[in-house]
Amino acid sequence: MGLLEFCKRIEPDKKKSPFLHTLYDGFFTFAFAPNTVAKNGVHIHDGMDLKRTMVVVVLAMQLCYVFGTYNIGHQHFVALGIHTGILDALHLKFAYGLVKILPIFIVTHVVGLGIEFYFAAKKGHAIEEGFLVSGALIPLIMPPDIPLWILAMAVAFAVWIGKEAFGGTGMNILNIALLARVFVFFAYPTTISGDEVWVAGLADQGAGLAANYGWIFTGFFNWLFEVFGWTTFTAGQMAVDGFSGATPLSLAYQGGWEAVTNQYSTSQMFWGTIPGSIGETSKPLIFMGVAVLLLTKIASWRIMLSMFIGAATMAMLLNVWGATPFMEVPWFYQFYMGSFFFAMAFMATDPVTAASTNRGKWIYGFLIGFVGMIVRVLNPAYPEGWMLAILFMNVFAPLIDHYVLESNISKRLKRA
Amino acid sequence: MKSGFITIVLSILTMSYSSPLLAQTASGGDYLFNGLIAIAALLIIGIVLLVGDNLVKIEAKKSGVSNTADDYSILPSFGSLVKQKKPKFAAEENFVHLTKGHDILLEGDPEEQLYAQGGSKTFAVYPQNFIGMSPIPKVEVEVGAEVKAGDHLFFDKKSPLIKYVAPVSGEVIAVNRGAKRSIASVVILADKELKYRALTAPALGNCSREELVNFLLDSGGWTMLRQRPFDTIPSPEDKPKSIFISTFDSAPLAPDLDFVVEGREASFQKGLDVLSLLTEGFVHLGLDGRAGELEPSEAFTKAESVKKTWFSGPHPSGNVGVQIHHVDPINAGDKVWYLGVQEVMTLGDLFLHGKFNAERLVAVGGAELKEAAYHKTYLGASMGDLLENNLTNDHVRYISGDVLSGKAKAADQHMNYYDDQITVIEEGDNYEMFGWLLPLSPRPSLSPTFATATLFGDVKYHPNTNTHGEERAFVVTGQYEKVLPMDIYPQHLMKAILIQDFERMEGLGIFELSEEDLALCEFACTSKQPLQKILRDGLELMREQL
Repeated sequence: MGLLEFCKRIEPDKKKSPFLHTLYDGFFTFAFAPNTVAKNGVHIHDGMDLKRTMVVVVLAMQLCYVFGTYNIGHQHFVALGIHTGILDALHLKFAYGLVKILPIFIVTHVVGLGIEFYFAAKKGHAIEEGFLVSGALIPLIMPPDIPLWILAMAVAFAVWIGKEAFGGTGMNILNIALLARVFVFFAYPTTISGDEVWVAGLADQGAGLAANYGWIFTGFFNWLFEVFGWTTFTAGQMAVDGFSGATPLSLAYQGGWEAVTNQYSTSQMFWGTIPGSIGETSKPLIFMGVAVLLLTKIASWRIMLSMFIGAATMAMLLNVWGATPFMEVPWFYQFYMGSFFFAMAFMATDPVTAASTNRGKWIYGFLIGFVGMIVRVLNPAYPEGWMLAILFMNVFAPLIDHYVLESNISKRLKRA
Repeated sequence: MKSGFITIVLSILTMSYSSPLLAQTASGGDYLFNGLIAIAALLIIGIVLLVGDNLVKIEAKKSGVSNTADDYSILPSFGSLVKQKKPKFAAEENFVHLTKGHDILLEGDPEEQLYAQGGSKTFAVYPQNFIGMSPIPKVEVEVGAEVKAGDHLFFDKKSPLIKYVAPVSGEVIAVNRGAKRSIASVVILADKELKYRALTAPALGNCSREELVNFLLDSGGWTMLRQRPFDTIPSPEDKPKSIFISTFDSAPLAPDLDFVVEGREASFQKGLDVLSLLTEGFVHLGLDGRAGELEPSEAFTKAESVKKTWFSGPHPSGNVGVQIHHVDPINAGDKVWYLGVQEVMTLGDLFLHGKFNAERLVAVGGAELKEAAYHKTYLGASMGDLLENNLTNDHVRYISGDVLSGKAKAADQHMNYYDDQITVIEEGDNYEMFGWLLPLSPRPSLSPTFATATLFGDVKYHPNTNTHGEERAFVVTGQYEKVLPMDIYPQHLMKAILIQDFERMEGLGIFELSEEDLALCEFACTSKQPLQKILRDGLELMREQL
């Protein structure tokens, strides 16, 4: 095969330029499954490897990407009070979303993969696949208007301190994607707090919020859409009166379920046409990702199920307590708001940071659900609980495993 | 029946999925109402299904197409869900059903017939097949010497009582040396007509255990025994807690031991009689209770002076380590002995015929063979001789043993001491474009991301030795537990071994494991970690400590 020979010929020398060689090796093994054969031990190996595992997870979240792109644009126009129908001006919404999400995606990968490549070259091992999933997750959990330099800082922190400092893929204690998110949350609280951050592209212009378009919209896209005779971006549009951009969760905190339903219908919350982080709003599309992960047996159904049970249990307990309007939100409506399902599908099930024993997974998942709901409802400072609950349980996962293993050990000792 | 069940589950799932869709536009009260309607609808459909199913069953019984009528039901019968499937011939008691594990189906299953021609001309014993053997054992024969089958070849200076003997008679043509002058192998060119060293076995009824042990040590019969933990040959002073024999091999392309024992039932029973004198506990026989298999040979089911346990389930249900774990688990300090069926027969022949009969029926299998069948030969047969003129492809790997735990051999090398199987598979040292993403050929896998098994059911694979990916750190969890039917956490045990935490290794059950038990975990490993090697390193560390 000519391509293979060409690729072999351009292989850089490992000693002279280790970085280039690592880079080459990463892309070469991506294009060609290596020719390594079993040496000692088993003579045949399962066709599954880490690349395939990771790619399935990335594929499972692709629908969230598509919808996230659309929803950035949709929320933007809803705030302006134009094209408010779900299918109105799809071209504008997607164009707007793409312009917002692409830089986020690119910055995440350039920074994250850059650090990954650097460490692989420095330590002399192959580039590992862990960042494939982390890099795909990070854009989905960021607010659409996140300043790119903050994003770059967050990704660098997560990959460098969160992963490479611990020894790379498979060694980290905390979920990388959530670590990036929590870094933004705690290090730059002022830039991403408030209700407006969940809707992209609105700038304060004295009289109120107004749309602010760069050249790419008024120049390129408007020219393109005019060619087709479609609607175009109009600069300087003012946001509708009384627009807040508040998410269902902040409404629920202020006034319970009634306040939420005054602004959003359950249908809107279910399908995800509400403000929020880029990829976490649409429940049906997340369910499709869940289906992919469960059918391929890549994510643990134990964690997903027990996390759901944990959250439902706590929500019911809060219903019984019922001291604040938020507590009185019926437990099943809690699942319509916020990013529970996204966290359950893609964050809690990360095998590296989750509990590693099957019994431990039940406990781990349940406690995430339980603690997450407490943080969501009882704590006024944090808009959503899953990020903190998962990171918290990440830290405790080794302890859970420890007790599961101890019980196995003591069972063996008792038998003797 | 299975597809019917899946259809029902799918329809229920679609229904329950659609109910939130219907309900999401409704307000709170309607939600409850819609939910009740959905439940009622499910109930009605369920009732219709049950009634229809029963009508079909009645019709099937009437027309006489099915006696049990369950074959025509689309619903799984309650009994089949609760009770494990058990073949009719298996006993009610002592039945262990294992659910974990995986059968790797490969092309080239050996047919139950013997090769008419060919056969091995040279035979060899490798000292390093015996775990714990010092690198340079004392060799008692010289190159050129004539030996009879059963004559002493070498012994280990650390335990000089255990004699390792010649499997066949003939001329010693080589004593091969390996690194640092260690003895690699002793090779014998076999006579056409075998001559046996005359042995006088003590009468089993009235001899002391000591006499028996001394005879076994001298005759070479002792080397048929192996001990768990560590898989070493037991020390002559030891008394085992119990002795285990698995009468079926569930590994890929493994020999059918019912076929192997045919015609030598008396030797097998005699061997069992000898073993029952060596232990104060039981001699345990693991019987094949897998659904779909034929009733095992009477040599096994009617064997005397043993305790029988039936096992069913996928590989590694036939592994002796798994059977020990479920019948009489090894605790710290315990010693359990085990043998293969053919080793028991060699032991029996010592007493039945007064000779060291190392006859072995070797299953030769693999997709790269013209003809996959059995060879009647002796212990330590030559790989090249047995495979001569039988290959369809010359870029292959010869394996003494099965694909999971066997050892790769060159054509001029010989089978390992305890192996009764040869597998030949293709070498996979080629690059495959996007092989990890879009593989061109079907490959065995436990992952549903490869649709072959999901879509077509029991497909037989044509495997090669490619690792299908590079080695990585442990990332995926819960994978090993799915294929190891034991109450053990393999991944944590591996980590304990890697950090050399002795207490934890022991606590997590390292003494209960051998390489073959972990082989399936290594096959399934996404990170391509060398689990068998790690385990052996751990076992060696523990053995040094004792």
